[in-house]
Amino acid sequence: MATLVIAEHDHKSLKPATLNTLGAAAKLGQPITVLVAGYQCEAAAKAAATISGVAEVLQADDTAYHYFLAENMATLVAKIAPGYSHILVPATTTGRNFMPRAAALCGCAQISDIIGVESADTFRRPIYAGNAIATVQAKDKIKFITVRTTVFDPVPAIGGNAAIRKIDSAGDSGLSKFINQELSKSERPELTAARIIVSGGRALGSADGFKQIIEPLADKLHAAIGASRAAVDAGYVPNDYQVGQTGKVVAPDLYIAIGISGAIQHLAGMKDSKVIVAINKDADAPIFQVADYGLVGDLFQIVPELTKAVGS
Amino acid sequence: MKILVTVKRVIDFNVKIRIKPDGSGVETANVKMAMNPFDEIAVEEAVRLKEKGVATETVVVSLGSTQAQETLRTAMAMGIDRAIHVPLDTEAQSLGVAKILAKIIEKEKPALVIMGKQAIDNDSSQTGPMLAALLGWPQGTFASKVAVADGKVTVTREVDGGLETLELKLPAVVTTDLRLNEPRYAALPNIMKAKKKPIESFTPDQLGVDLAPTVMLLKVSEPAKRKSGIKVADVAALVDKLKNEAKVIS
Repeated sequence: MATLVIAEHDHKSLKPATLNTLGAAAKLGQPITVLVAGYQCEAAAKAAATISGVAEVLQADDTAYHYFLAENMATLVAKIAPGYSHILVPATTTGRNFMPRAAALCGCAQISDIIGVESADTFRRPIYAGNAIATVQAKDKIKFITVRTTVFDPVPAIGGNAAIRKIDSAGDSGLSKFINQELSKSERPELTAARIIVSGGRALGSADGFKQIIEPLADKLHAAIGASRAAVDAGYVPNDYQVGQTGKVVAPDLYIAIGISGAIQHLAGMKDSKVIVAINKDADAPIFQVADYGLVGDLFQIVPELTKAVGS
Repeated sequence: MKILVTVKRVIDFNVKIRIKPDGSGVETANVKMAMNPFDEIAVEEAVRLKEKGVATETVVVSLGSTQAQETLRTAMAMGIDRAIHVPLDTEAQSLGVAKILAKIIEKEKPALVIMGKQAIDNDSSQTGPMLAALLGWPQGTFASKVAVADGKVTVTREVDGGLETLELKLPAVVTTDLRLNEPRYAALPNIMKAKKKPIESFTPDQLGVDLAPTVMLLKVSEPAKRKSGIKVADVAALVDKLKNEAKVIS
């Protein structure tokens, strides 16, 4: 049998999460097909064809896939699903949106957010915000799987030479319509792919606090910026900065938590980071229980000092 | 317009969970339970749409043990009109839940279904899109803003890159994200009133749904523990550790 990986891309290039998902797919030891569904997505399909270990690329090119509407994506995936035993997609907001819909159209369950492949039908996945790990065995003929990309190493983006096969669009459902998007523009690395993350909590006190305290340190370290739910709720930073059970799950080499107390829900999103630093004025804050290095004190004094000390 | 919301009874989000010693699951006996936080947001949104005059009736559905009826009462105390309980001995899986809900929706014919984007126990984030698929309805997941007008619902979604707005034809399924609203606390008179509101009951058999699971839980285990770290005295000591011990900065 064969494995299908659904690429995450912006039509021109592949998102890094695709390579990590292929890393998970490789553990199944079956031939891998990559589906690139998009609009004028020739470049993304070509990029998929050069990935190491990819046997075939399917390209579905239609305006229906321009904004990856769940209704249209799910219909397409369900149509080609019977040719595969496993279908994998990154557990991003895009994959988590259309994948369960595709699975239900095929009458199959979905295994969400896997962090381990034990065998062709047995997987590990976090439950209860990562406070427990479930090992599950899937009996359905087609396994629909979303992948927690931070735990799987990416496959090399080059070295492959797969054929690209164009497939028919499954059409536009007419049920939903894209209106607009407000995407955060940033020169910084993507949160889920960053090597270093500087993350701020409500103790920053304001949007200006983020600008004056967090940003200079992130600039110095070439880091991405994250935030706790409290900071996002307070409007200090946009929603896509949120790290946690219901936001983004990250696992950088270095995570610096500044003014973050460490609610269970936040820890769920960052506790797989290689090295964790916590800076907080409350010595009893739960964040110190997961931190490799803790510094107790006033962040408004410590962080500028740290900014000055690093990279100099 | 009728709105249907779904609620799940889960371990309270503040409780530190305990894994059963035999690895068969997570201990739920004698543990504080509560309405799934995302479902609270769904209930609040439905109640607000009724208060605004957009909705004429609101119905809440829950699957689960007899105690799920307490969660239904909570939803009604927040302002939902009536409830439907589907009693289950064991937990159903997402697709099974979606099948049950689809049957209830056939009877109830709501124009809008609002549900939490995920339940904080299994963190699966599946039931909303699965239900939309079974009904052939459009879906607006991870909603941070919902506006209903002219047979359509406009949904602003929290996506990885920021926000995205979609327009869906009604009937539709919407799943809630954290910033859609701030759920109210039920006032005591409303809690009393909710005791008199009706709860109907249908078994999976009556609805003709087979709930046999296709994903078997083999075991539940503890996640890898982080070894405890140290506190450093000052910035100089921190930078030294990061450079020379952890070697994560140069």
